[in-house]
Amino acid sequence: MDYVIEMNKITKTFGDFKAVDDVTLKVERGEIHALLGENGAGKSTLMSVLFGLYTPEAGEIIIDKKKVKINNPNDANDLGIGMVHQHFKLVHNFTVLESIVLGMEDTKNGFLKMDEARKKVEKLSDRYKLKIDPDAQISDITVGMQQRVEILKMLYRDNDILIFDEPTAVLTQQEIEELMKIMRELTEEGKSIVFITHKLNEIKEAADRCTVLRKGKYIGTVDVKTTSKEQMSEMMVGRKVSFIIEKSDAKNLSPVLEVKNMTITNKFTKKNVVKNVSFNVKKGEILCIAGIDGNGQSELVQGITGLMAINSGHIFLNGKDITKKSIRHKCIEGIAHIPEDRQRYGLVLDYSLKENAVLQTYYQPCFQKNGIIKFDAVRDYAKKLISQYDIRSSQDEDSIVRGMSGGNQQKLIVAREIDRNPEIVIAVQPTRGLDVGAIEYIHHQLLSQREDGKAVLLVSFDLDEVMNVSDRILVMFEGEIVGDLNPKNTTVQELGLFMSGSKRSESYEIKSKA
Amino acid sequence: MKSKAKLNITNLNWGVSFLSAVMAIAIGLLFGLVILLISNASEALSGFAAIVQGGFADGAKGIGDVLYNATPIIMTGLSVGFAFKTGLFNIGSSGQFTMGAFAAVYVGIKWTFLSGSSHWIVALLAACIAGALWGLLPGILKAVANVHEVISSIMMNYIGMYFVNMLIVSNIHDKIKNQSLPVSKTAIIPKAGLDKVFGSQNINIGILIAVLMVVIIYFLINKTTFGYELKACGYSKDASKYAGINAKRNIILSMVIAGALSGLGGGLLYLAGSGKYLQVVDILAPQGFNGISVALLGMSNPIGILFAGLFIAHITVGGVNLQLYSFAPEVIDIIIAAIIYCGAFALLFKNIIFKFSKRKEKEGEGI
Ligand SMILES: Nc1ncnc2c1ncn2[C@@H]1O[C@H](COP(=O)(O)OP(=O)(O)OP(=O)(O)O)[C@@H](O)[C@H]1O
Ligand SMILES: [Mg+2]
Repeated sequence: MDYVIEMNKITKTFGDFKAVDDVTLKVERGEIHALLGENGAGKSTLMSVLFGLYTPEAGEIIIDKKKVKINNPNDANDLGIGMVHQHFKLVHNFTVLESIVLGMEDTKNGFLKMDEARKKVEKLSDRYKLKIDPDAQISDITVGMQQRVEILKMLYRDNDILIFDEPTAVLTQQEIEELMKIMRELTEEGKSIVFITHKLNEIKEAADRCTVLRKGKYIGTVDVKTTSKEQMSEMMVGRKVSFIIEKSDAKNLSPVLEVKNMTITNKFTKKNVVKNVSFNVKKGEILCIAGIDGNGQSELVQGITGLMAINSGHIFLNGKDITKKSIRHKCIEGIAHIPEDRQRYGLVLDYSLKENAVLQTYYQPCFQKNGIIKFDAVRDYAKKLISQYDIRSSQDEDSIVRGMSGGNQQKLIVAREIDRNPEIVIAVQPTRGLDVGAIEYIHHQLLSQREDGKAVLLVSFDLDEVMNVSDRILVMFEGEIVGDLNPKNTTVQELGLFMSGSKRSESYEIKSKA
Repeated sequence: MKSKAKLNITNLNWGVSFLSAVMAIAIGLLFGLVILLISNASEALSGFAAIVQGGFADGAKGIGDVLYNATPIIMTGLSVGFAFKTGLFNIGSSGQFTMGAFAAVYVGIKWTFLSGSSHWIVALLAACIAGALWGLLPGILKAVANVHEVISSIMMNYIGMYFVNMLIVSNIHDKIKNQSLPVSKTAIIPKAGLDKVFGSQNINIGILIAVLMVVIIYFLINKTTFGYELKACGYSKDASKYAGINAKRNIILSMVIAGALSGLGGGLLYLAGSGKYLQVVDILAPQGFNGISVALLGMSNPIGILFAGLFIAHITVGGVNLQLYSFAPEVIDIIIAAIIYCGAFALLFKNIIFKFSKRKEKEGEGI
């Protein structure tokens, strides 16, 4: 076999915790090799070892049939290894061109040869149809575009082994399809790709072979064509996972949350990003807001929760006007919020798991007395969340959240929000970056909220999730609600038409023009 | 098993902090030695020994002097370090210190209707309040108008300095010496026998007050809901907003407390009864800036700040002894400054050690 990467019996521990335990990964030249595993299985860690961010305690790495030692990302780069990280970070006030060249400036002569760099970037962008504008500011482009910049960065460095750590978690459906196309083109040229994702559909579509990890251990490598999705997920979780959600009919009770004529103007562009939006969410209902990313869903949610100021309109919770109330007040009144950007809003990354578990409740009598935090109570509470919601980390309640796997960070937020027993859960992409087992679990949590007569407002870009979980779908397009659909009487195709703005429900036709 | 791992991590963090502080100090001392060699090679080694020996050269009296010198910079160090936990850079410690010093001296001179120990206590409280006021303003500006605290507190430093000069001249001026009048005896902080123990006229219970403040601030930061909020704001503005924490209130409170700590430092120094008077000069109080170094050297940790303050005081006393070896007083200043400067690099060393140890695999958890 012609392997470009052979990672043999790799072990990497953090303290006493084995994040990667005797794992072997062999990637053939020119293949897309999927890496599958639950949240915290050690996928990112294994790839960080390959990229030189961690040195393993045991095992050997063979690149192009030569045994190598990779001590840092520069070594990795010299071996032609490039990586797009799970939570990649570009410098915001740089241009695209600058961030691509960053760290690769021609230091031999001491002068920057920007013109040559520009030519090379433009050529690469054309060749792979990345549609990148070298002069755009990073802060002005979408996450999907930023990711392409990361890809271009690897191509610019002439990397032949490309690692994609959950690239699709932040992308829209269309962007995902484009990414897959790019990946295939790259492999056709002989580049080899390691592709981490939790979405089995994507593995089926793009990958040649798939290696499965579970709790840091190697489970096996399979040929994707001859293995079913069910088989793969069983390898990964160790049990059968059901992809179908069964639920009773919605009960159609009184509204919990009412939004009336909400308008939000972007501070900088002065454009209305949410335009006169009205809707309500009823008790025992999961209302889903569907739409392509960037059509005002994020702002709508931030307007409701109070993270963003609204320009006009009213918000009622159980009939009470809470428009002008503080975030704390809304929180106490029963709004739970699983935010879109978990690392920015949902967590204080440098706090431990237990400190994050009480982020909105630390001041309540059960966690403090006379202003002094009862750390024992906080610890016990965190332990409860950990066991109940299966949050995995190396130091349990004392883990610093920054060191936790992406999926487990998300689980922590979901656990904390649902456990507060709120009136309504506002969840933005709650299952992003989660493994199928965890997704199943979270969907069940949302459903049980609904069974308890609580309301759920779900914003999702994942159409399967939208169709599966919701009782009712509102479609947002350019800041307006253009459709009110029943998932039972609609298809993904029709939903797509609404999302792209080529179709509107009748009742929303007139209103939007007014 | 688990608790063992936890212990390792904590030890490691403390260990790294300590090691980097030691490295910073070592490089500072080395730099000092080079300067000594340049200015007078023959006496350099004995001079260097004097610096390293610091307060220990003069037995108990020397130690007393170290404690006396450490008191104000522990306070300003605490002030800077505390604000830093909230994500604020309190460069205005100097102005707050001066305001506190003036308020203490003013009460000490004028409020003679206060008798017994109530006098010095009230004077110190006045120092806290004046310092707090000087922190309040940049705090409000930051919280309400988003004016960067560095800019506003630098301005407050100068306003404080000139304002105090003006107030001294118009209220408590000793025209002959161009300085403040002496405070009344009851306003001087008691020595509680410490002067006898150390055989030094300078020392008083001020150092105990400073230590008490270290303990209080440590408790506040690590054990209270207030500290939890402050740190959350410091680590992540967005997440603390999401959590419903009132960031504006915390920014203001944090600056007020930082100001009060600096102000108290000023009071403790000028009520020490050590023959120090407020001078009418256009110089910013250096204790405020030394506080920044102390906070950096102590990694913003109250306990670390206590030891960093003691160390810098130790070196300062050693610097005074340097005069015995025919070094120009300016050389002494340069060396102390060099060490303090390197102290400021402690954080840098921390990062370097961190990266190094990460590579060496002795390391587990994130920062
Ligand atoms: N720097 C670190 N310090 C301590 N523990 C860590 C560190 N990095 C990772 N871990 C732990 O190692 C385990 C594996 O993490 P890793 O990020 O590799 O998971 P993953 O498979 O990428 O999961 P996800 O799909 O959620 O991203 C997790 O339990 C995590 O808490
Ligand atoms: Mg990961």
